Amino acid sequence: MNKVAVIDYGMGNLHSVAKAIEYTGAKLGERTEVVITSDAQHISQSDRVIFPGVGAIRDCMAEIRRLRIDRIIKQAISEKPVLAICVGMQALMLQSEENDGVKCLGLIKGRVKHFGDPLLDPHGKVLKVPHMGWNQVRQTKSHPLWQNIPDDSRFYFVHSYYVEAEDLDQVAGVTNYSLDLVACLSEENIFAVQFHPEKSQEMGQTLLRNFLTWDGSQ
Amino acid sequence: MALAKRVIPCLDCDKGRVVKGVKFVDIRDAGDPVEVSKRYCEEGADEITFLDITASHEDRETTVDTVRAIAGEVFIPLTVGGGIRSLNDIRTMLNAGADKVAINTAAVLNPVFVKQAADRFGSQCIVVAVDAKQVNQEGEEEKRWEIFTHGGRRSTGKDAIEWVSKMVENGAGEILLTSMDRDGTKNGFDLALKRRVSRSVKVPIIASGGVGSLEHLAEGILVGEADAVLAASIFHFGEFTIGQAKAHMSAQGIEVRT
Repeated sequence: MNKVAVIDYGMGNLHSVAKAIEYTGAKLGERTEVVITSDAQHISQSDRVIFPGVGAIRDCMAEIRRLRIDRIIKQAISEKPVLAICVGMQALMLQSEENDGVKCLGLIKGRVKHFGDPLLDPHGKVLKVPHMGWNQVRQTKSHPLWQNIPDDSRFYFVHSYYVEAEDLDQVAGVTNYSLDLVACLSEENIFAVQFHPEKSQEMGQTLLRNFLTWDGSQ
Repeated sequence: MALAKRVIPCLDCDKGRVVKGVKFVDIRDAGDPVEVSKRYCEEGADEITFLDITASHEDRETTVDTVRAIAGEVFIPLTVGGGIRSLNDIRTMLNAGADKVAINTAAVLNPVFVKQAADRFGSQCIVVAVDAKQVNQEGEEEKRWEIFTHGGRRSTGKDAIEWVSKMVENGAGEILLTSMDRDGTKNGFDLALKRRVSRSVKVPIIASGGVGSLEHLAEGILVGEADAVLAASIFHFGEFTIGQAKAHMSAQGIEVRT
C-alpha cells in the first residue's frame, strides 16, 4: 500500500492531482491510496506528500498559516518524499513579488518574480502572460524523477510568476519563455515543478509514476 | 525550444452525447463524450473543451457525471462551459475534475461575476467565452464587432474589443473568442477580429468559429495571431485527425506539440 497525501488548504483544484495519482498508481499495479487532507496525522501517516497550489500567493500563504500547514510541510519535508506543484513550488521559496510582496515558507532559497509587463521575446515581440500551454523542459541534472522522460519533453504550464533560485545546483530543469526560467527544483527529498504533471499526459504520468516509487534520494 | 500553439477539439454536448449542429440547427450525433475525449487525447489534443448545450436544469447532473468520467481518463487540461452562472457552479465543475470553466452569458449579465470567480478560484481557471459578430452598417469603413448571447441570437450592444479588455481587467485568464457569424460555416475564422483582440490584451486567445480546413487552423495562428485554435466538426466526423492538423501547422512553421 502506497499512501499519498495531497495537502488541502482550500486553494483551487486538488481533484485533478488526486485523479491523476490514482490512475497512475492503478497502472503500477500497487494499491495506492490518495487522501486530500489538511490533517497533520493523515499527513504524517502517508508515505509521500504532494503540495499543490493554484491562485494568488497571498491567499495561499494566508490559508497555509491559518491552517498551520507550514508546520505540516516542514514536518513532511523532514521525513518523506515531497512533490510541490506550481504555486506549491513558489510557496517553498523565501518571498514572492505577487500581491505587492508576500513572505513565503523560506524552505528553498530564492524569490518568485513576475514576468514583466509587457513581456517581450528577444525579437521584441509581445509574449502572452500567463505563460500557458505546453513548453519544453531541459533537464539540467539527472534525477530519479526524470527516469524514462526524454530531455526537452513538453509539459503543461500555466503561471504568471516564476521562481528565481539562489542555488543553481538545485535547478533540475529549465524552460524558455523570453528567458530561461526554473521549471524544476530538487533538494534532497523535495522535487518541485512549475508545470502541472497531472495535466501533462504521458510525460506527466511518467513523472508521477517515478514519484510514486521514489525513495527520496537524489 | 518554445511554447507550442495549442489545438483544442471542442465537444458540444447535449444530454450526455457529443453533438454538432450547423449554426445550431440540424444537430448530428457525434458519439460518447468520454470515448471521443480519449480518442482526441491519444491523437495529441493539447486540451479538451466541453460545452454543455443541454437546456434543461435536470440534465445538468448528467453533465457533471460526464465531466467526472472524462477527467478520470484524460490527463490534459479540461475546460467546461455552458450554464456556468454562480461560484457554486464553478466549484461543482472543478470538483468533478474540470481545470477551467468558460463563462459566457453570466459575464454579460453581471461582469463582476468574473472578478469574483477569479478572486475565488484564480485567473488560471477562468476563461471568458465571447460570442462576437461583425455589425458594420453599409458605408462604415472601420470594422466593428459586438458581442451576442443566447447562441448568437441576442445582441448586447457591447463592443467586442472593449468587452474583452474589461473581462481581462476583471481577471479572465484566457479568452475563448467565437465568431458567431462563422460558426458552423466552415468558411474559416474571422481573422481580422482575432488579430484585433489578440493584440489588445495580454492573456492568451483561443480562436473559434468557422474552421473547415487545416489551412484555417494555421491562418488562425499566423494571421489571426491566436495562441490556440478550437474546432469541432472537422474532427468529429473523421475528416481530419488532430495529428494531421498539427502536421499541417508544423509544415507552416508553427510550433506544435507532437
